[in-house]
Amino acid sequence: MADVRLDGVTKRFRDVEAVAALSLDIADGELVVLLGPTGAGKTTTLRLAAGLERPDAGRVIIGGEDVTAEPPAVRDVAFVFQQYSLYPHLTVFDNLAFPLRSPARRMSDDEVRKRVSDVAALLHIEGKLSNKATRLSGGEMQRVAIGRALVRAPSIYLMDEPLSSLDAKLRSELRLELKRIQVELGATILYVTHDQIEAMTMASRIGVLSEGRLVQIGTPREVYERPQNLYVAMHLGTPAINLIPADLLPAPGAPAGTRTIGARTEQLRIAPPNGAADRGLLKWVEHLGDQNHLHLEIKGHNLTTLADPHSPWKAGDAVSVELVDPLYFDATGARVERGEAVR
Amino acid sequence: MAQIRVENLRKQFGNFTAVKGSSFTIEDGSFFVMLGPSGCGKTTTLRMIAGLELPSEGRILLDGEDVSLLRASRRDIAFVFQMFALYPHLNVRRNIAYPLRCQGVPRAEIKQRVEETARLLQIEHLLDRSVSGLSGGDRQRVALGRAIVRRPKAFLMDEPLGALDSEFRRVMCGELRQLHERISATTVYVTHDQLEAMAMADQIAVMNHGVVEQIATPQQIYDAPASMFVADFIGSPPMSFLRFDGAVRQGEHSVRMGEAVVEVPTLREEGIQGALALGARPEHVLLASDGSLRGRVLGAEYLGTTQIVTLQTQHGQVKARLASTKSVSLGDNVGIGFRTERLALFDAASGRALNVGARHG
Repeated sequence: MADVRLDGVTKRFRDVEAVAALSLDIADGELVVLLGPTGAGKTTTLRLAAGLERPDAGRVIIGGEDVTAEPPAVRDVAFVFQQYSLYPHLTVFDNLAFPLRSPARRMSDDEVRKRVSDVAALLHIEGKLSNKATRLSGGEMQRVAIGRALVRAPSIYLMDEPLSSLDAKLRSELRLELKRIQVELGATILYVTHDQIEAMTMASRIGVLSEGRLVQIGTPREVYERPQNLYVAMHLGTPAINLIPADLLPAPGAPAGTRTIGARTEQLRIAPPNGAADRGLLKWVEHLGDQNHLHLEIKGHNLTTLADPHSPWKAGDAVSVELVDPLYFDATGARVERGEAVR
Repeated sequence: MAQIRVENLRKQFGNFTAVKGSSFTIEDGSFFVMLGPSGCGKTTTLRMIAGLELPSEGRILLDGEDVSLLRASRRDIAFVFQMFALYPHLNVRRNIAYPLRCQGVPRAEIKQRVEETARLLQIEHLLDRSVSGLSGGDRQRVALGRAIVRRPKAFLMDEPLGALDSEFRRVMCGELRQLHERISATTVYVTHDQLEAMAMADQIAVMNHGVVEQIATPQQIYDAPASMFVADFIGSPPMSFLRFDGAVRQGEHSVRMGEAVVEVPTLREEGIQGALALGARPEHVLLASDGSLRGRVLGAEYLGTTQIVTLQTQHGQVKARLASTKSVSLGDNVGIGFRTERLALFDAASGRALNVGARHG
């Protein structure tokens, strides 16, 4: 494993700047997740790191060595794609052994067998080694695809939405397993996804991308609790953060210049209506089981907040809404700290 | 609008029994969701209610009238399919008006009903637009409009939101439910997505292998699942099961799991011995340094305000939803506690939930 560094990489496709002067350091043993919607430049960044694309500007440095001009094969990276592409005519064992049997590696049969069985144990597919790849469930196939990357010990694993083709349940299982394996191996991983839950739960650090630019990078807690701007705030947290004009609700703590207030569900407190001021209407109570989401309307704005599932709120109720330590954003969309304006 | 009653409904395809003798009543004006994995028989049941399949056995009553053998077109029911099949060469107004024109409704009435429908769906401004330029959501609304405009006795919907991305699906769930509040039409809705079911339903029927395992309100299903299948299908993450061999007697309120003794709600039925499972939802699991049940931290997944901590015990994995301010490290050995009154007990052989204490028992 090794440090990986992207230094001001830029990639243009005709007039479109897919990746714009992006710099990113990935420390040895770190799992960095690039999060963003379709077209944000996530996959292009990954392909630049892999050497599948050549940057128009900037450098790619792996383990201290400038590999910008090197082809993928000599970069010592392993790529896991979104769609598992296994060799259907081979057994699970042979699929896993395939990357090790490349003539360039000249690995002994014993060594191959040992590596494959180690990885199979790690992925809990020891019992499936002699199965044909086509006789596996979707989750098992994707495990094998990940395993095929793991049998090698490259400088970095590059993963492009490896769980997105799986159903929700399997995805949450593999999420946990992949994280466990990464910690056990001390693997360095650059991981791309548009699923914020994957990013939050797996990442050492999340890089939020927008239009080819890295908007913010930090630990999941940093980007969730202290988003740099509205864009980052909007892309983390379920349900999405409530964004309201600064004057919609009383906000005594708002710093000067606040244009928009961002309140996550837990930052809105509701109560039976007390006065005329901050009065809203409860439009819909959404049951989630462990809690309810209450969908409110206040002066034409829709808000979502939380309540205990056994609380008596029902659609049609009038409520008063109070902000509890929300986030503040200025006219440019940048977040402003409480008290920052005073300094 | 109508009450729908299904009696001993069975459907056989060759040797395969898709639906095994279901009986239930969908009350007038209710939003009824049939939930289950693919192949559980939910779509077949819906198609029998619609008249698109004939039952092998059993009856379907629409407002007390036996319609089991009536053709779909004679049942006065509107079916909304997964894909929004609109007529691309017609504008929004004509798409919505289409079913009425087929029925030969007078022109003035068509105009009035189309406009009323558009108002309900808040798409009045789109009426004269071509459907090809519409967003996915608006297309879905137009498809709904075409179903509503007929004022049928009931709406049947087969995964109408299945093709949408998750964020947009949530928005449409809200809209569908609010539309239901406005027109109070009996609705039967099929999905494999438990969040959709929880969000919209008055009643949920959870199906598995052609059998209805439980019918109840979303909260009842979540709080008191009738079987391990239901418990595992609902909730994200779902209920965790700790499996053990043991015994519990009527009136008892603790179980012995290996070395550990765990308090449970009082058993309200005859005692049972053998393979049992203790069921705990993530928000009812806590870390308790003095807990006699121990586990090793396998993972901690940060979700913002809360985190999901996965613990490996001798009896299986258990997930706990904890405040994200609580710090846990991988590999830590921790004591596990529960909110006792919220636990479930199952006969692990059959999967059936044991009848355990009333909340205050």
